[in-house]
Amino acid sequence: MNKLLLGLLLGGGLGVLDGLTAWFTPEVRKDILGIVMGSTFKGLVAGLLIGFFSKKVASVPATVVFGVIVSGFFAYLVAAQMGKYYFEVMLPGALVGLVTGYVTARYGKGGPAGNPERRLA
Amino acid sequence: MTALPDAALSRLVRALRTPDLSETRYLLGREVGRGGMGSVWEADDPELGRSVALKVLDLPDSAGDLSARLRREARVLARLEHPGVVPVHDVGTLPDGRPWYAMKLVRGERLDAAAARLSTLPERLRLFLRVCEPVAFAHARGVVHRDLKPSNVMVGPFGEVLVLDWGIARLLEEEASEGRPGPPAAPPTEPREPRAAAAPGTAAGTVLGTPGYMAPEQARGDGDVDGRADVFALGVLLRELAGPEALRARRLAAIVAKATAERPAERYGGAPALAADVVRYLDGEPVTAYRERPWERAARFAVRHRVALLLVLAYLAARAAILVLYRR
Repeated sequence: MNKLLLGLLLGGGLGVLDGLTAWFTPEVRKDILGIVMGSTFKGLVAGLLIGFFSKKVASVPATVVFGVIVSGFFAYLVAAQMGKYYFEVMLPGALVGLVTGYVTARYGKGGPAGNPERRLA
Repeated sequence: MTALPDAALSRLVRALRTPDLSETRYLLGREVGRGGMGSVWEADDPELGRSVALKVLDLPDSAGDLSARLRREARVLARLEHPGVVPVHDVGTLPDGRPWYAMKLVRGERLDAAAARLSTLPERLRLFLRVCEPVAFAHARGVVHRDLKPSNVMVGPFGEVLVLDWGIARLLEEEASEGRPGPPAAPPTEPREPRAAAAPGTAAGTVLGTPGYMAPEQARGDGDVDGRADVFALGVLLRELAGPEALRARRLAAIVAKATAERPAERYGGAPALAADVVRYLDGEPVTAYRERPWERAARFAVRHRVALLLVLAYLAARAAILVLYRR
């Protein structure tokens, strides 16, 4: 699958699942719809960026690092809006970026041809 | 009459075999190899400033059968323009009537020696795949090698693979256009050098090949020897390259078993199909030679995607840990 599309689908899908885990926190259960929508949007944007980065760079480690940073940053913005739960929001958010980055770079199709020496090796 | 001593006799034979290249542009070097019907000599080509290998019949061939086969081999090589097939540069006839042809001088080592230096199974399987390429190319051109074995595959210093000795190759298209059947024959009488006693070309009544690598139908002398005979030999090579430890893996063992099946119909249809299954094995995908049970498929999937699965597990573990910590 195309890297952009894979990143988008994976980011969105994991964003939905990540948002749904708020169900297990009774204090925020009433806001679950908004949380899921926000988490999905965050995942879609992060996934798109990760897919674009992976298409341009074609390196699994670099895409993983980029995924962690981008998703961690979006998670930080969410936590900063609430003014609390930094750890609870940012850790899983960064892990979602890690999974999205790895899977997009490893399994996504398309990207730069790379230098010939590396392909021969 | 007194008999010649052995040493004198062998010197005489060597002198007779040594080709006289005075009427060619080549300068003779040392003997580098010996086959069933001739020998291979290193020679210098002063005009182009390069070394070549000259294949020459050992002795003048009064009947002309071996000469015809040597010329035919040169034509087969000329037809197979592929990086994995030794290119022919020149052909000719010595003053004593022996034909010769000049080809690229291959520097490298035998397939088995090269494989012995590779420490991992994927490396050896990738080497095997490079052997399949020229064989598949030859099959596509209607040529069946019929004598694939480690000594007929050389691996160069850059890992390039060259398939040699096409002396008993079968030209399917030529035979079809001539209306000639395949080469039915009696069992080999000389197990190690069946080609030495072989009749010319690929005529009926001959058994050509090397025991151990020869497909059963080839050893029986059946008429319908086709590319699947080479698939059998490739299967034997694969078994040798993989080694007994690796063949404990059922999927790889199944590939070897399918390639070396007794009946040609049960083998892979050609070298590309065999190579494709080896590639699938290397990629952790299902192979056509082995029907997996559900748990084997699950285990293969888990191994193939182990990093992704571990990352998902790490995410789930982090989520669970946060929930437990939060509830305290």
